[in-house]
Amino acid sequence: MGFDSFLFFVFAGVAVLGSLLVIGQRNPIYSVLALIVAFFGLSGLYVLLEAPFVAVVQIIIYAGAIMVLFLFTVMLLNVPREDAAEWDRAHPYYRPWALRVGTALAVVMALQLGWALSRTPGLGAGVADERPAVSSVAELGRVLFTDYMFAFEVTSILIIIAMVGAVALARKRES
Amino acid sequence: MAIGSYLVLSGLLFAIGAAGVFLRRNIITLLLSVEIMLNAVNLAFVAFGRQFGTVDGQIITFFVMTVAAAEAAVGLALVIGLFRHRESLNPEAFTSLKW
Repeated sequence: MGFDSFLFFVFAGVAVLGSLLVIGQRNPIYSVLALIVAFFGLSGLYVLLEAPFVAVVQIIIYAGAIMVLFLFTVMLLNVPREDAAEWDRAHPYYRPWALRVGTALAVVMALQLGWALSRTPGLGAGVADERPAVSSVAELGRVLFTDYMFAFEVTSILIIIAMVGAVALARKRES
Repeated sequence: MAIGSYLVLSGLLFAIGAAGVFLRRNIITLLLSVEIMLNAVNLAFVAFGRQFGTVDGQIITFFVMTVAAAEAAVGLALVIGLFRHRESLNPEAFTSLKW
């Protein structure tokens, strides 16, 4: 097992464990912090995939900006844990037939996915076997501002709409 | 590393995110689970882009990140508004539109 494979399993383990902690927590603050850890694992995987710019953006945008937004909201609302009594009664986990049918469906889908994957050729091929990596930021920028120009501009409109919408929704109404 | 390993990891992360959406009873954790799913898809995009030697996978990743940022901003603003109305983050508390 090469050093790259070792790093893959380390980063993959960090990402999966972090994600499991996110959904295994009652306290949203710990969930947000666990998700930041998972994002660092994913960032390491992007480095392994020779996409260093994506790795850096993952840290700056996701772990930096978006998670701070989540953390800010959690601390602003100050509701540390889920209401246990209500949770117990309303949780779909405690409806027996929904649980049984859902589990059966999930098992069938997982088996189908495994079967399809086992019959797909080329999955064992290494990601870096055939073609050289394109990891220069200059090339990224060139493609982004030529081939993806329209999508890029639409994205800026989307950001403005989201910003105005967020401000309009979260504003305190004077009634 | 084989492309299959990245795809299996991506599928696993997506499944964890989906399970979070179904199992958790806290709107903020629900939004976090959605972020996990978006990241799982990003990983698959970058892995395929690396295998095919093109830059498109990484660029789609940027767009996904932008949409995630917009979704988080609007979603959290909605959460704040809902919390002002109901003093709860349990989705079962918001049933006024339920028939």
